[in-house]
Amino acid sequence: MKKFLSSPAFWRGAASIVVFLVLWEIGARSKQWMSPEFFMPFKELLGAMGFKKDYLPWIGAVPAPSGVLKAWIAVLGQPGYWQSWYMSMFRVMGGFVAAMIVGIPFGLMLAVSRVAHGVGFPVFEVLRPIPPLAWVPASIIFWPTQELAIIFITFLGAFYTIVINVLGGARSIDVRYFQAAQSMGSSRWDIFRRVILPGTLPSIVVGSAVGMGITWEVVVAAEMISGGGSQQAGVGGGLGFFIWNSYVGGSYEQIVVGMISIGIAGFLSSELLRWGGRHATPWLKSR
Amino acid sequence: MAEVKVAPKIIPGEIAVQGVSKSYGAIHFRKEVVHNCSFTIERAKLTVMVGPSGCGKSTLIRLLAGFEPPTEGTITLDGAPITEPNRDRLVVFQETALFPWMTTWDNILYGPRARGELSRESLEFGEFLLHKVGLQDFRDKYPGQLSGGMQRRAELARAMINNPKVMILDEPFRGLDAMTKELMWEYYARLYEENRRTNFFVTTDIDEAVFLADRILVMSNIPTQVRATIEVDLPRPRKIIDIFENDRANDIKKQALSILHAEAMRSFSRGSKAAADFVDAYLKRASRA
Repeated sequence: MKKFLSSPAFWRGAASIVVFLVLWEIGARSKQWMSPEFFMPFKELLGAMGFKKDYLPWIGAVPAPSGVLKAWIAVLGQPGYWQSWYMSMFRVMGGFVAAMIVGIPFGLMLAVSRVAHGVGFPVFEVLRPIPPLAWVPASIIFWPTQELAIIFITFLGAFYTIVINVLGGARSIDVRYFQAAQSMGSSRWDIFRRVILPGTLPSIVVGSAVGMGITWEVVVAAEMISGGGSQQAGVGGGLGFFIWNSYVGGSYEQIVVGMISIGIAGFLSSELLRWGGRHATPWLKSR
Repeated sequence: MAEVKVAPKIIPGEIAVQGVSKSYGAIHFRKEVVHNCSFTIERAKLTVMVGPSGCGKSTLIRLLAGFEPPTEGTITLDGAPITEPNRDRLVVFQETALFPWMTTWDNILYGPRARGELSRESLEFGEFLLHKVGLQDFRDKYPGQLSGGMQRRAELARAMINNPKVMILDEPFRGLDAMTKELMWEYYARLYEENRRTNFFVTTDIDEAVFLADRILVMSNIPTQVRATIEVDLPRPRKIIDIFENDRANDIKKQALSILHAEAMRSFSRGSKAAADFVDAYLKRASRA
């Protein structure tokens, strides 16, 4: 840890974040420094480009980091904020774990059995291009509770990616491994358990990491669209709803708080997955 | 090496290849890779097959191992036809086919475990082989952590624990640096000299063939046939230093080289086959994938 703190990589990263925050602060405050007259010379030009004559999209329209920090500290004490975290995490993990439980065996089945591939793959390929968000209305109608609907949409976000990765990973296992295993007397089940499964594991990890990213994209959008679960409207509808609610309520600082919270949540879940992945595939570490 | 008694008794086999042909591809692009090929892999001998690269040697290995059936002809092990892969005939592959997700120890024990034959004897034999190939300090390392030479030795151990009647080696030392390669030759020769199992070794390297072989089969280019058989009557145990200063070894090498050279010239003078060769290479790759 000490070594890490004194490494150039750490300082480059820290400097990058500090510079970003400083530029953001300067940008946000520039609204106060620049009068509307400042833009007068460009008025005709901006008008020609379709902007309203006295308005220019400018980083000054975004709340400053200092303001965001203040709003964040204020929100930290509210149970609603933590409830939002919990709700979104719950939905992401629920959908993601379901996607793994269904997707990994399904992908392996498509890879192993020609019959399963023939029957299952065409339907899968037709459904795959449908964006998860296109499922929102249908799943709200179909599932008894809105909670299940959101989890289902989150599930779809990770499911396709996991299946495609598992299928591709299992198919790209070197044929010599099968030949070697067969020669040494492996049964089909033994080959599956000791060759196909571990051989696919790296692809499962990669597919899950990509799928996890998509789940966060999907859950936030689903929460915004669906109103974040009707029972708890107003508070605790997830981070997506937190952002939407802040927008409706005109608290722009809170929007950014919500955005950064999602960034942190996504980062944490990816790290967790990477950690799990490293432990599941110890042979890749040493390369 | 006190525990040699744990090693199960070796029963060398004899493989007879009779009139074997193998074709690939659909009707129009049908290409005969092996044509009417006959030879014997003699019992308790080290037979080395040399031929130009891409001459169909790997195809022959797939047939011998039972991964694919021949289009025509028969292949028998001690009189019984070969129909499927079996522990009687184990292949040590080009590059390495150790399972990357298993440690050296688990790789070596793969065969007994797969057949549900894991016993105190097989564990002891595994231990014996692990020491034999000098990997006792790398027991819990993954193949990715081993050097090229160590990987090949681990693979030899993984095959030997199954006590096959015939060991088939498909250019096992390809891709090793020159120094490691010569060490592996000596090492492998010593292994063979100790147990006299039937070995079938395929290579493109004449020096390797002369150093290792009891018999050399010189192959023609596609369609593959045996062009010549050379008995290598050099004394064993063999040492690199002795062999390279041995006149008899040099004679054998010249003999093999002249046959190979004639073979290359013959296929060259058959006219420009560049396009056909390209299709062959393509088909072979397609059939392998």
